[in-house]
Amino acid sequence: MSYTVPSFRHPNLPRNELGYTSKDYEGAVSTLCAGCGHDSISAAIIDACFQMSIQPHRVAKLSGIGCSSKTPTYFLGNSHGFNSVHGRMPSVATGANMANRNLLYIGVSGDGDTASIGMGQFVHAVRRNINMVYICENNGVYGLTKGQDSATTDLGSKSKKGDPSPYEPIDLCALSLQLGATFVANSFSGDKDQLVPIIQAAIAHKGFAFINVISPCVTFNNVSSSTKAYDYMRQHMASTNTVDYVPTADEITTDYQEGTTERVTMHDGSYLNLHKLEAQHDIHSRRSALKLMKDYGAEDKVLTGVLFIDETTQELHEIMKTTKTPLRNLTEKELCPGADALEKLNNQFR
Amino acid sequence: MKRDIIINQFVIKFANINGTGSASANNLFSRGIFRMGVPISPKNIFPSNIQGLPTWYEVRVSESGFLGRRGGIDIMVSMNPQSMQRDIAEVDKGGYFIYDSTKPLDPKLFRDDIDIIGLPLTATCRELYEDPRQRQLFRNVMYVGSLCALLDLDIEVFKQLISDQFRGKEKLVTPNVKAIETGYRLAQENATCPMAFRVEKRNNVGNKILIDGNTAAGLGAVYGGATVAAWYPITPSTSVIDAYSKYCRTFRVDPETGEKNYAIVQAEDELAAIGMVIGSYWTGARAFTATSGPGLSLMNEFLGLAYFAEIPTVLVEVQRAGPSTGMPTRTQQSDVLLAAYASHGDTKHICLYPSTPKECFEYTAMAFDLAERFQTPVILLSDLDLGMNENMSEPLEWDDERTYDRGKILTHDDLENMKERYGRYLDVDNDGIPYRTLPGTHPTKGSFFTRGTSKDEYAIYTEIGEKYIENMDRLQRKWRTASKYVPKPIIRKTDKPCTIGVVHYGTSEASTLEALHHLNTLHGISLDSMGIQSFPFSDEVGQFIAEHEYVFVVEQNRDAQMRTLLINEYDFDPDRLVPLLHYDGSPITARFIRREIRDWILQTTTSPRRGSRFF
Ligand SMILES: Cc1ncc(C[n+]2csc(CCOP(=O)(O)OP(=O)(O)O)c2C)c(N)n1
Ligand code: SF4
Ligand SMILES: [Mg+2]
Repeated sequence: MSYTVPSFRHPNLPRNELGYTSKDYEGAVSTLCAGCGHDSISAAIIDACFQMSIQPHRVAKLSGIGCSSKTPTYFLGNSHGFNSVHGRMPSVATGANMANRNLLYIGVSGDGDTASIGMGQFVHAVRRNINMVYICENNGVYGLTKGQDSATTDLGSKSKKGDPSPYEPIDLCALSLQLGATFVANSFSGDKDQLVPIIQAAIAHKGFAFINVISPCVTFNNVSSSTKAYDYMRQHMASTNTVDYVPTADEITTDYQEGTTERVTMHDGSYLNLHKLEAQHDIHSRRSALKLMKDYGAEDKVLTGVLFIDETTQELHEIMKTTKTPLRNLTEKELCPGADALEKLNNQFR
Repeated sequence: MKRDIIINQFVIKFANINGTGSASANNLFSRGIFRMGVPISPKNIFPSNIQGLPTWYEVRVSESGFLGRRGGIDIMVSMNPQSMQRDIAEVDKGGYFIYDSTKPLDPKLFRDDIDIIGLPLTATCRELYEDPRQRQLFRNVMYVGSLCALLDLDIEVFKQLISDQFRGKEKLVTPNVKAIETGYRLAQENATCPMAFRVEKRNNVGNKILIDGNTAAGLGAVYGGATVAAWYPITPSTSVIDAYSKYCRTFRVDPETGEKNYAIVQAEDELAAIGMVIGSYWTGARAFTATSGPGLSLMNEFLGLAYFAEIPTVLVEVQRAGPSTGMPTRTQQSDVLLAAYASHGDTKHICLYPSTPKECFEYTAMAFDLAERFQTPVILLSDLDLGMNENMSEPLEWDDERTYDRGKILTHDDLENMKERYGRYLDVDNDGIPYRTLPGTHPTKGSFFTRGTSKDEYAIYTEIGEKYIENMDRLQRKWRTASKYVPKPIIRKTDKPCTIGVVHYGTSEASTLEALHHLNTLHGISLDSMGIQSFPFSDEVGQFIAEHEYVFVVEQNRDAQMRTLLINEYDFDPDRLVPLLHYDGSPITARFIRREIRDWILQTTTSPRRGSRFF
């Protein structure tokens, strides 16, 4: 059961450029377990959209099925949402995007939803470079069906029932890099400072922006043997860079030191300041990202941050050369060739 | 053999090997007769293979305009040694067997109750052409030339067709015309021309056109305003998308910028294809997919979502012989139940059953209106016979006054002026159809969460039993409203009152109507008939069945699926619905239907239980 949030407004809440407070970006009260990582991600999405002054009704939020996929109810209550079927959010998002290219598409999925039942659709969404933000709330477990191993469960990690997982996990960041994703980031639900600017950068990115967020499941997988547990992440997290998202409208005030900071201009004119901790990493190199992830993995560390960006590619509409007008806005006038044209066609069939 | 001359009434069949270019020659043959004003009905019978297997092309020539399959073969043009044994056996007594005499006919195959004509086609081609590919291609055109002499066809019509066909590629006209002429001469030299079956010019095709159902459906999608097509290739539905794509390139590309007013996505599978269609409708565009049985099976989960979350969806299903991969290039009407009730839980979907290309065009365009009016999936149920064969059809028509029925969508101003709380699933008009809103319409009003889980009128998740029932009952109300909007059955009554009716749908129509005609003229049996056009059934469907003591249900599947659907939706005594079934993968024939009905009636009138109250 979800509830509508009471519409009490604190008079002193800060307002964004549109005059909205962060309350205007909230959704129904969450019904997830207290402490679930997924709720922190919802909060980060709310912050990111509020700070970027995004019109809530210009956002379409989509998901598959799972605890993670329930969360679109809990943020952006003034946006249309679509809780589709298990693992198939990418296709619904693709169709939605085809019909109206002017909305901001935020897709939320889980590791079961993405890496198992939805793997086929996920890889093809990456491949088509659909203009959307795709967040996988990765807890290494099937939360909603009560604790089965997922395809991202660590090898040897014990589920609550006690059996160690016998299979190699799928690394969704590595996979999307190999598939040619144009924006790949890894983050942790407990690190809002990192997550919010990453989501903002993903929103500003034109094309498929993939964010894998490690999001501990307190009920079934917050166990010491899991790399998706709060304690593990707090102790083993390493950042490739700290991210600082600067919207288009802001003046460039941040001073950055040559050599340690890289500025990436997004296609809408906003930019990212990446304060590099890892000097060798070239944000535009897939190879560098993959290598670095491996290197850190060998040291038992999880690399987070924006791993890769390619701002120069074409998203699906550009590839297909569809009209700039959203297809859904076209009417009989543009779409129907009319009776005379049909009579000419009839003649070709005689 | 002494013979009567038969004008414009025969069935000719071509036995070829696929991948040898015979299709275009056969096509030329049909079009030529069509241009001579004589109705024809060609049918491709082909294997699921690209090269090397037997394929057949059967053409019904019928001055009276019977377009279904008749049954039986009068003339066999045998160009495939592999299938020769079967092909010669298939010719009706008194018929003709035409073969390539470059290789002599096996004496074992010889029959003395038919005429056998040998033409040295391959040998002649070897003399005339160097290139082996040309030899093969022109051999096909050559037998069309021979048929001109044998059937007394107007050779000038064929020469004209060739020059129309190769307009812009004049270099190809001369060798093709030469091949026609050579074939003509070969026939004159090797056989008595013309033979007993002949074609005479008539004026019996009027302004009709020759078009396959899939092309008509693809055009229907262009005219119906579809802007997104998502699909996964599968025979026999692929050419629906091919046609949509072709006509979009003609009509929907900005000549200056090259920008397209459409988007076609070849999906990774059918699950994705239907997901994309649903997504497109959710943000407000008209979209569709085309598939066949195996694809429809995969789409089941999503169809349930679209039904329950009330998202318009259009699906063109071109049926082929199942189950599983079945006979993928043969026809059947065996997805009737799957389409009607696709998905788990209590679901049902609007289905349209076209029988002609014109109906493929109209019903596809109409499907987009129905889908949006009723916010639910609409399935156009065609089949391979209709979809992939050229059918003689009334010309396609469009009324320029016609506007798209987008159904109940609230605009920004509607929402702005709305005093009460918006409820996505509120039955405001008491017709079961709620009002939708599209993403991006209004900053603060009208947003809701679309879900496949149970919800109340305001789209809020609920598992309260009464709320669930309320919603399911409203969907039922919507279904009843739909039964008033979908195309009504076509009922043809005889002038005398009669107690037996015949029900047909889709491609069983032409053969059924022909059978009824002959039952009347040859056996004095006249029966009422009804062509079902859609599901949900409109009241007239039930009335027709109620009015008749017995009703034959003619269909092309093993399990009498339409009969099951009728029994399930009404509570008729199953004994009254007599199944008449054909399911070998070939289109049902008029002779078969006539025989089945006649035998049943003869049997039943002599059996005491059912009495003889029919006439
Ligand atoms: C077709 C289908 N199969 C199975 C299910 C049951 N199911 C619901 S959620 C889920 C797993 C969700 O796992 P994940 O995506 O990781 O989400 P989490 O709950 O962990 O956030 C499964 C198997 C379903 N809803 N649909
Ligand atoms: S079961 Fe796990 S994933 Fe699901 S809500 Fe609870 S903590 Fe979150
Ligand atoms: Mg999970």
